[in-house]
Amino acid sequence: MLAVSNLEVVYDDVVLVLRGVSLEVPDGKIVGLLGANGAGKTTLLRALSGLLDIHHGAVTRGQITLDGERIDHLDPQQVVARGISQVLEGRRVFGEFSVEENLRVGAHTRPKDRAANLERVYDLFPRLLERRTQAAGYLSGGEQQMLAMGRAMMSSPRYLLLDEPSLGLAPQLVGSIRDLISQINEQGTTVLLVEQNASMALSISDHGYVLETGRVVMDKPAQELLDDSDIQEFYLGLGAEGERSFRDVKHYKRRKRWLS
Amino acid sequence: MRDVLLTVVRGLGFGSVYALLAVSFVIIYKSSKVVSFAQPALMLAGAVLVSYLAGPVGFYLAVPLAAIAIAMLGWGLERTTIRPMIGRPVFVVAIITLGLDIAIRVVVNVFIGPDVRNVGDPWGLSTVDVLGLPVQERYIAMAVVLLVVGAGLFAFFRYSRYGLAMRASSLDQETALVQGVPVGSMTALAWAMAAGIAAVAGAFVGAGGGVDQSTWVIALKALPAIIIGGLDSIGGAVVGGLLVGLVESFFATYQGEYLPFLGQNFSLVSPYVLLLVVLLVRPYGLFGTREVERV
Ligand SMILES: Nc1ncnc2c1ncn2[C@@H]1O[C@H](COP(=O)(O)OP(=O)(O)O)[C@@H](O)[C@H]1O
Ligand SMILES: [Mg+2]
Repeated sequence: MLAVSNLEVVYDDVVLVLRGVSLEVPDGKIVGLLGANGAGKTTLLRALSGLLDIHHGAVTRGQITLDGERIDHLDPQQVVARGISQVLEGRRVFGEFSVEENLRVGAHTRPKDRAANLERVYDLFPRLLERRTQAAGYLSGGEQQMLAMGRAMMSSPRYLLLDEPSLGLAPQLVGSIRDLISQINEQGTTVLLVEQNASMALSISDHGYVLETGRVVMDKPAQELLDDSDIQEFYLGLGAEGERSFRDVKHYKRRKRWLS
Repeated sequence: MRDVLLTVVRGLGFGSVYALLAVSFVIIYKSSKVVSFAQPALMLAGAVLVSYLAGPVGFYLAVPLAAIAIAMLGWGLERTTIRPMIGRPVFVVAIITLGLDIAIRVVVNVFIGPDVRNVGDPWGLSTVDVLGLPVQERYIAMAVVLLVVGAGLFAFFRYSRYGLAMRASSLDQETALVQGVPVGSMTALAWAMAAGIAAVAGAFVGAGGGVDQSTWVIALKALPAIIIGGLDSIGGAVVGGLLVGLVESFFATYQGEYLPFLGQNFSLVSPYVLLLVVLLVRPYGLFGTREVERV
């Protein structure tokens, strides 16, 4: 199990962004982490992957453990080697590399399993096989998301961390990405799914957390979160004001601040 | 006609050496986004090491041995003086490389002494008959070594795991890190490779004429070459190096005859004229990326 307890993260020694976050990612599950822009979701994933250093951030309190052993303070490559692989927000494919070169970089820590993992990734994403020699920069947004996920799978991860995979994708593509995530999970990879699209995330998650300005404000089985009236109103766009996505919450807050 | 062909051969010969040097600059630039002014000293150190090793083990073994030794020096330099500067302005790092260059040359000069040192190459200035032309053997050797090193680099960056990891690190550090690529080690590897290549270039700079304390200046010809080729393109560096060699060679042969008013030794500045012309037409060099500065 991957577990975060009482995690506090500070950027530039002064900006406190995570204020004692605790969450658990039990093996075999999909855990959803929801929250508006700026809540600290990406920061939490950076802490998990050992990326805080390059952003001038640091864990100042609390800990991250993998099967009970502390893994905060590990280098990114040590984290990957322990089976925790992340897909960064915005997909970040290497645009001038071919699809297959992107996948090969993903296999850096597992050169021996490269052939087997390539086959597995191409099975999962046949579109990537069709385009394997094309420059990744020319793929559509949905295909780039598949490539980024496939690349992360090339290290045979136990845990896959996904940072807003639905960001900027058309609704029908969001559906297929969601199905692919649950397929990856069914094949045995545990998933921590960070999303602003709450309905997408909760529809496949076992458990959900809601993060607000660096604190976990809700922590419930996904089904209960779906039924929660606050979530429905603000995060699922089912409230009285009609369609509203998670992304609007920030605008909503900002408006309120200006009015007060 | 005969003169033209011999001028071309000489240009391609020296151009091959400039190309190697230019490649060494570009490899560092791609990984650290800095132009390393330590390359001239590393080139000189390589040449001098070859001059000492060629006697006991022969030139052909001396070159790879010197390349490995100087590569290890490059690795060490990156770890001790460049690594700690991460996050500092590029300008500061460039100045540090300039300091390294001077420091290394002070040491190397002791081993050169006041005279010219022969690098022990088997060619000297002897020629071989190619289709009726007396071509200097060393020019052929220079072109061959560029071909061999160039093909090796091409295969390395294209097919090997570390080559791909180096390219990935230079494109997007954070993304490379989350793939488990040790980006810091890739930078050190780049410095090592660049130092090794500069050392090889040094051995061939010295072929025929030997090396003395001022030979390091030749490495500066790589600067117009990399700017012509585009700072971040290895293929561009090769083309830029060959162009510089050719232009210089043509000015050396013909300028006295056709453009005497430019004075003597104009060939020495001719690469910079070429540089100006290229930059007027293509501000990012022939093969450079528009956004060389990435955030
Ligand atoms: N490198 C950084 N330095 C300083 N502050 C940062 C840095 N990265 C993010 N932040 C701040 O931390 C907060 C959380 O950001 P982030 O983790 O990206 O949130 P989310 O992913 O939920 O949108 C934001 O207020 C953001 O401005
Ligand atoms: Mg984010």
